[in-house]
Amino acid sequence: MKPDRTPQLLAAVFAAVVVGGLALPQWLLFILTIACAQGLVVLGLNLLIRAGLVSFGQALFYCIGAYTAGGLSRAFGISDLLLQMLAGTASAALAAFVLGFLLARYRGIFFGLLSLALSMIFYGLIVKSETLGSTDGFNLAKATLFGIRPGEAWVRYAVLVAAASATLAAAFLAWRFLKTPLGQLGPAIKDNEIRVEYMGASVRYAIHVNYVIAAALAGAGGALAATTVGHIDPEMAYWTTSGEFVFIAILSGTGSVLAPFLGALIFGAIHTVAFDLSPNTWQMSMGLALLAAIVFLPDGLWSLFARRKTA
Amino acid sequence: MPAILDAQGLNKTFGAVTAAQGVSAAIERDSVVGLIGTNGAGKTTFINMITGYLKPDSGSIRYEGRDITPLPPRDISRLGICRSFQIPQLYSSLTVRENMLMALGILLHNAGLGGFLALGRPNVPGHDAPAEEVADRILERFGLSAYRDRNAQVLPGGMRKLLDIALTMAAKPRVLLLDEPTSGVSAEEKFGIMELIMHAVKAEGATVIFVEHDMEVVSRFAGRVIAFYDGRIIADGPPEAALRDPEVQRFVVGTLNA
Repeated sequence: MKPDRTPQLLAAVFAAVVVGGLALPQWLLFILTIACAQGLVVLGLNLLIRAGLVSFGQALFYCIGAYTAGGLSRAFGISDLLLQMLAGTASAALAAFVLGFLLARYRGIFFGLLSLALSMIFYGLIVKSETLGSTDGFNLAKATLFGIRPGEAWVRYAVLVAAASATLAAAFLAWRFLKTPLGQLGPAIKDNEIRVEYMGASVRYAIHVNYVIAAALAGAGGALAATTVGHIDPEMAYWTTSGEFVFIAILSGTGSVLAPFLGALIFGAIHTVAFDLSPNTWQMSMGLALLAAIVFLPDGLWSLFARRKTA
Repeated sequence: MPAILDAQGLNKTFGAVTAAQGVSAAIERDSVVGLIGTNGAGKTTFINMITGYLKPDSGSIRYEGRDITPLPPRDISRLGICRSFQIPQLYSSLTVRENMLMALGILLHNAGLGGFLALGRPNVPGHDAPAEEVADRILERFGLSAYRDRNAQVLPGGMRKLLDIALTMAAKPRVLLLDEPTSGVSAEEKFGIMELIMHAVKAEGATVIFVEHDMEVVSRFAGRVIAFYDGRIIADGPPEAALRDPEVQRFVVGTLNA
């Protein structure tokens, strides 16, 4: 068996982003930061997919994270990015802890559509809420870090470094979780729940734990996206947002904790190029890209790097 | 000898079908019990009730004096009552070795070991080595080493059966329930598989209850035979006596040899 070099790889990518970021144009720093935000969501989504559960409603927790960050900014004037991300993580995890008691009972299409339904209920609630800016949402103050507001020229870079640091920590923790017996149960649950139960483990508990972790990551991603874009609106909970996360998840594959970030970056690139080339039919280009990913890379981009030995 | 498992007055119906009708049996510690009967006689229902998959309509099951009737399968399995399946229940997308590591991982998890903050490789509870070593050792004992990197899905039938039983025994059960361990296995392999199992059981000291259709296998390995017919126990005793029982001859042995 090859030794797992994921921590070293994570550190190397982090270093490359921090150093390389100094030379990159502002718009690319923005794209990288958004890739971190979306990658965090998909990292969580992949935990569920490993267990055979596809959530079409991760946007719920993404949006909860974003509105938590927005709320902190608007109501308390807290614009510290890392504080916002921590708060987004906590509120999304709390919501998932409660909802998990319901969701963990369902599998397959029921799990998928129930998660979608919950996100749409949340969407409906914020659309109706005047205090939360209704369909327009509201703007957030520029990010600060440890009480310092970076200068205009540096704010994108500073946010990217902070985002990459938080992402590094999250990816490392997710990697560590996947090494624990509980984290490894995912594929077993997907294959054979009866066997898992008869070996003395609770499938429902394992799913609940994965669901909460997935939500926590989505919350962190939502808070990061909120501050990076500087604006939030109910679209963040809309089902098409969830669909984008599933798209990125399929593109990435579940082969590594790094895959979602690569997938999100490629997704961003396809999106940008498609929009540039054909502003009116970019959705069609996205559809073709997804089609190609499914046909040619059924195990995701990561399978290009890690061809699994078949005995 | 005191009974390790005591089932009293178990009844179970599925609509119009009676799967268990006043089934009572006390199983002695370290005994090897063969369950025989035609298909639908109630053998698997009996096993399903003991392992918590089915709840009896009435009656009780006690394990070492404790009432386990209301417990779910995972709690019963944690107490040390483990089962294998007539149709092997494997993790089909994982390799043989990964299947075994999964079983051992659950043992670690249930013992609160190998958690998020744990460093190093803790010994698997009940075993004196970390999971990787234990897995290789068990696969070796069950003759599965040559298949360790094969996907469980593409294993030959007999090997699937063995893996299913090896997974069950990884937990070092106190009571081992085997549902037709030799079904779907060629006649020549049957005795080999049973020898392997019994050898492993002897080393660990467990009580065994197995469902079997082959009377030769039953009389060779069982110390006691319980014969089922129509949801009832029609004979219970040493193999020679039970297999000679007229009702057993008529309803069980006769039908099978016909």
